[in-house]
Amino acid sequence: MSKTALEMPAQGRVFYRSLVARRQLILAALFVTLCLSVCVDLALGPARFGLDEVVAALVSPGSVSDQLRVIVWDIRMPVALMAVVVGASLSIAGAQMQTILSNPLASPFTLGISAGAGFGAALALAFGVAIVPGSVAYMVPINAFLVAMLTAFAIHLLSLKRGVTIETIVLLGIAMVFIFNSLMALIQFFASQQALSAVVFWTMGSLTKATWPKLWITLTVLAVSIPLLARHGWALTAMRLGDAKAESMGVNPRRLRLEVLIIVSLLASISVAFVGTIGFIGLVGPHIARMLLGEDQRFFLPGSALCGALILSVGSILSKMLIPGTVIPIGIITSLVGIPFFLFLVLNQRKSAW
Amino acid sequence: MVSLAFDGVGARYAKRAVLDDIHTPTFFGGQIVALLGPNAAGKSTLFRRVLGLVNGEGEVRLEGATAERPIAYMPQETRVDAVLTVYESVLLARMQGRRLKVSAADLEAVDRAIDELGIQALTARDIGDLSGGQRQLVSAAQALVQSPDVLLLDEPTSALDLHRQIALLSVLRRLATERGMLIVVALHDLGHALRFTDQAMVLADGTLKACGPTQAVVTPELLRDIYRVEGRIERCSRGQPLLVVDGAL
Repeated sequence: MSKTALEMPAQGRVFYRSLVARRQLILAALFVTLCLSVCVDLALGPARFGLDEVVAALVSPGSVSDQLRVIVWDIRMPVALMAVVVGASLSIAGAQMQTILSNPLASPFTLGISAGAGFGAALALAFGVAIVPGSVAYMVPINAFLVAMLTAFAIHLLSLKRGVTIETIVLLGIAMVFIFNSLMALIQFFASQQALSAVVFWTMGSLTKATWPKLWITLTVLAVSIPLLARHGWALTAMRLGDAKAESMGVNPRRLRLEVLIIVSLLASISVAFVGTIGFIGLVGPHIARMLLGEDQRFFLPGSALCGALILSVGSILSKMLIPGTVIPIGIITSLVGIPFFLFLVLNQRKSAW
Repeated sequence: MVSLAFDGVGARYAKRAVLDDIHTPTFFGGQIVALLGPNAAGKSTLFRRVLGLVNGEGEVRLEGATAERPIAYMPQETRVDAVLTVYESVLLARMQGRRLKVSAADLEAVDRAIDELGIQALTARDIGDLSGGQRQLVSAAQALVQSPDVLLLDEPTSALDLHRQIALLSVLRRLATERGMLIVVALHDLGHALRFTDQAMVLADGTLKACGPTQAVVTPELLRDIYRVEGRIERCSRGQPLLVVDGAL
């Protein structure tokens, strides 16, 4: 095609390489910030340590006092890392739901997965109902996980009906949220005073329930999910161009949507099952990643994970700092501090994304 | 050489038949085939049938293809809001089904497609910020970058200004001749069809009404029967066929 004087020479490659370099730099910066945040998180608590002490305890646990080592490694480390893993899991889940449903409001919450988990947990907390018998220690997370997966499965089954569009799937999710919210209210109505407070505390979301075994389970799911999603990196990016365009490029949108829905349901439900409902990470994390890195999944996926992890890690710090001596449930912090920050970002961005 | 033929091809969405019993002679690489017909004739469905995106009777016979994914398809344009630059969106089309790592050859292919369509100035723009015509050129680049044997384009010129319409069709002409691509292009402008295409298929109500060399197919009778307009074909001073429409019937 003819070239006009206004057009640039064929420098696309040069532009693209600099774009990639900039994004790698942003990812590296996010990672470094996350590491710092985790160190600060480890230093804070009823017994305060200096960052140098924390780093010493991390690098050579043998050289520090027993008290410091136990507090850093056995008490605070699972909580600090749980913040990272859960933040990354919820953010990835939100990012991929937004991708496959082409909806900026999609997240584990809007699809009712979190609400389902909450209902499952409440069944166990209020009435001691275990869906899988014999698992008393893990009754709450197992209930939460099963109901969350059932919710995802129900949404999927309904979405297989002919004529169901992605808008309908989002509507189905919202219907699920309302159903579970009413069921939850019903449980709370009948629950004893003591059970009621347990249910309410659980729904606030708290990292203090984190232990090493729970951390390992959550981390395993995250570590398996990331390569499964990354494998579809190009196809997932293409989904954002619409089904017709994705199909024209050889993607099978329905199958990809199903596979991704299963993976993200797993990610979201396992997180919610262990730490309760922590809001807005799944919504805010991906949006920030999108603003910083665009939607090429090779950057958007790790970016979403890092943003989510960073938000929750900072949230964990704030939950200890706001009222000295009290750890505010982190679910409250993420909504209270995260949302104004998010609005600030959205309203100040130069270009519109969605 | 790549070849494509339709043998009793039908297509259906659920129970509703959209295409019925399409038979054509064999089209060969190097040719441009115009897919003509009024709105809702089944043109897009025919493309989707070729790609295997809809089911139906009969057989679409593709032979002699060498590319890994032999058919590239440019669907009708829709607005998108993804946060991707034009360069990324073209690269994306090339990388489908490949590894995550982008090679120098991939970048070269993207640059070539972008060059071919003259959209170098758009490389760094977000696709959400483009005009309809610009999106159409990017979409064409997304199809080209796949280096296919067969290129299917669904109304690729509908949002372009006159200069870019002619330029795009000239690029297609050159690709067919130089690279031996077989190009099937849905067009509403019969004048463009006469000037730029070798063969024409005319669809109406899901059936094939005419098929053959474009100049033999696009006639006053076709204009009257299929398009319901009064018209004639003249020769312009350079000897090229010229469509003159006198009015709607």
